[in-house]
Amino acid sequence: MNLNDWIKNNTIHHSQFWDLKKLVKEKEKQNLKISLCLPTLNEEKTIGKEIVMFKSELVDRYPLLDEIAVIDSGSTDNTREIASTFGADVYLSADILPQYGEKKGKGENLWKAVYELTGDIIVYVDADIKNIHPRFAYGLVAPLIYRPEVHYVKAFYDRPLAFSQGVRPSGGGRVTEILTRPLFSLFFPDLTGLVQPLSGEYAVRREVLENIPFPIGYGVETSHLIDVYEKWGMEAIAQVDLDQRIHRNQETRDLGKMAFGILRAFLYRAEALGVIGKLPELNTLLRQFQVDGERFEQVSYEIVEEERPPMISIPEYRKKFNLD
Amino acid sequence: MKTNFSNMDEILELLPSLPDQLVGIQETLIANLIMLGEIPAATFEEEARIKLLLQRMVESGLSNVSVDEAGNGVGIITGKDPARNILLVAHADTPYSNKADHTLSVRTDKIIGPGVADNGLGIAVLASLPNILEMLGIQLEANLVLLSSTKGLGRGNLDGLRFFMENNQLPLEAGICIEGEKLGRLSYTAEGMFRGHITCTIPEELDWQRAGQNSAIIALNDVINRILEIPLPRRPRTSVVLGAIRGGKSYNIMATQSSLRFEVRSQEAKIVESIQQRIHDIIADVASTHNADFNFEVVSSRDPGGIDIGHPLVRSCRQVMEKLDVQPTIRPSISEVSELIARDLPAVTLGITEASNLHDLNETIAIKPIYKGLAQLLAVLLAIDGGFCNESE
Repeated sequence: MNLNDWIKNNTIHHSQFWDLKKLVKEKEKQNLKISLCLPTLNEEKTIGKEIVMFKSELVDRYPLLDEIAVIDSGSTDNTREIASTFGADVYLSADILPQYGEKKGKGENLWKAVYELTGDIIVYVDADIKNIHPRFAYGLVAPLIYRPEVHYVKAFYDRPLAFSQGVRPSGGGRVTEILTRPLFSLFFPDLTGLVQPLSGEYAVRREVLENIPFPIGYGVETSHLIDVYEKWGMEAIAQVDLDQRIHRNQETRDLGKMAFGILRAFLYRAEALGVIGKLPELNTLLRQFQVDGERFEQVSYEIVEEERPPMISIPEYRKKFNLD
Repeated sequence: MKTNFSNMDEILELLPSLPDQLVGIQETLIANLIMLGEIPAATFEEEARIKLLLQRMVESGLSNVSVDEAGNGVGIITGKDPARNILLVAHADTPYSNKADHTLSVRTDKIIGPGVADNGLGIAVLASLPNILEMLGIQLEANLVLLSSTKGLGRGNLDGLRFFMENNQLPLEAGICIEGEKLGRLSYTAEGMFRGHITCTIPEELDWQRAGQNSAIIALNDVINRILEIPLPRRPRTSVVLGAIRGGKSYNIMATQSSLRFEVRSQEAKIVESIQQRIHDIIADVASTHNADFNFEVVSSRDPGGIDIGHPLVRSCRQVMEKLDVQPTIRPSISEVSELIARDLPAVTLGITEASNLHDLNETIAIKPIYKGLAQLLAVLLAIDGGFCNESE
C-alpha cells in the first residue's frame, strides 16, 4: 500500500465513533470480549478517575469493556488501593507467572496482561492521563470492531494534516522526532506514517499480542510496530486522533534514558530481521553528566532492554487458553 | 423500592438503608461530575457544559430536552400524572475563568478541583438523577423538571433562572435547588441584597501642588469611611461587605483610578433601598470635594422573602435530616432559591456533601457523605411527590 493511501485510509478521528450504541451492538454481534489494561507505577493522582470514567461509561452505560485491570509494578503510593476501591481488578505484576521472575518495566506489565486478561482485544491506556475521557478506549477499539483487516490501533494526539488555515507542522514528542522518526525513515520508511509511534495508548487483537515479543522497558512500542509491520503489513495498523492528552512532562534527562532503551530495542529488532548486519555486543550503561558546585560528575544508568518471548511460547499460556 | 406512601413516616422509615443502596450510583455520578465539571463554565459562558448535560439527558430518555433562549438546559423525567411538576435546579456556572485548569483528581475518599463542590456536584446530581431513580425502581407521580440554569453568579444576577421562571408554562408545585456543598444546608428564606461597583476617576494631570492630597485612592477611601459610618440595625439583620478594592499603579504614581465592589444584605427590603440611597448621596458629596468622577453601578439585586419555618416543605426537610443524623444549617440565601421564593413557589436549597477550600483551585468534596446527601434529596422529593409538603388550605 502506498504510504499516502495508508495515511488517508488508516488515520481516523475518534469522533467517527461517537455512536457507542452501534459500536456495542457490532461488538456483541461478533461475540468479542474486550479488556482494558492500565499499567501503573505510582499513579494515585490519576488512576481513580480513569477507572471511574471507564467503568461508568464503557461498562455500565455502554457495555463495551468486559474487564478493567490494573497491572501494577509495585507502587509505593495508594495506587492499588484506589484502583480496587473503584472496582478495577488489581494485579501485582510480580504475582503473574511468578515462575518466570520479575522484571522492571512497563513492557513487563503489558506482556503479563496478555496472560492474565481474557479479552480478544486488549486496549492499553497509560494511567497518567489527566483529561481522561471514554474516547481513549472506545476510539482505539472501534477500528478493530469495524474493520477485520486492522489488528493494531495506535493513538495520536494532534491533527496531522492541512486545514483551511494552511498546513502546520505536527508530530510526536521530542524522542519521536529526534530518534524514532529518523530511524524509521532510514530503515522502515512506511512506519513514518505514524504520527506518534511512541504513544502509550493502543488496542491490539490477541492473536497479534500473543505472537510478538515484548521488550520490558522503553522499547516496547517501537519493537511492536516493527513486528506488526513485518508480520501483518501496514494494512493491519491504524492510528486514531484522540485530540488532546494532558500528562506529565518529562525532563530531558529522562528522555535520554528513554532514547537509549528505544535505540537498543530498535537495533536488536533490526538485527533479528536482517535489516542491518551483525551487531557487536551493546553496552548497557548510559552516561549522563550533572554539575556539583564547580565539578562535573558523571552519572551512569544501567538500562537493560531485556525481552519477553511471544506469549504463545509459554506453556502456562497455551494451557490457560486451550491452545494445545 | 416502595413508591406509594400514605404519610411522611413511611418515607422516613426508608431512610436508614437508603444511603447504602445509593452507593451503587458511585461510578455514574463521579463520571458525570468529571465530564461536566471539567468543562469550564464561567458565568455567561456555560454553553459547552449545558450541551453535555443535554446529551446525558437524551441518553437517559428524558423528554422535552432543550436549551432555552437564556441558555438554560432543561429536561423532564415524566411522571404518572402529567398535570403535576416539581422543579429541580442546579446552576451550571462557576466563578472560575475558562482559562483555569479544570482538571479534577479522584482519590479514595475525596475529589479535588476547581468548582467540584460549587456547583459541579450539583449539576452531576441533576445529570445522574434519572439513573438513580431507575436503579431504585422509582417512578414518581409528578414530572421532574430538571433545570441547569445559566448566568447565576455575580453579574449574571440569576438571569437564566429568571428567564425560565418568567417564560415557563408548566404549573410548578415546589422547587429544590441543589448545591454541592454542604450537607445539612437548608435555605428557605432569601435576604434582600444588592451588589454595587463604584469606580472613581480623577483627571490625569501632573499637579505638584496637590500631590498627596488628590488621588483616586484617597477619594475612594473617603467613600469607604462614610459607608462604614452608616448605622446598620441588628434587627432586621443587615450587613455591608466590602469585597474587593483596586486602584493605582505603583509606589510614587498618583492614582487616577480606583474601584470598590461591595454587597449590602438585609432581611428588610426598605433598609436595602435606603442604604443604596445613602451611598448615592455619599458619592455625590465626595465627588464634589475631591473633584473626582464617580460611577456607581448596581450589578445585581434580590428582594427578601421566604417561606415559614413551619411550612410543611421545610418541616419535611428537617425531619429527613434528623432521621439521617444530619445537623441542619439554616441560612438565608441570595442564590437560586430566592428567585423561586420571590415568585411564590415553595422552595428550598439542599446541599449534598461536605466540602472544603471552597472557591479555591483545590476545592475538595468528600465522597462518602454524598450518599446521605442523595438520600436526603430523594426523601424530600418523595415527600413532595406524595403531597406531604403542601400547606393546608
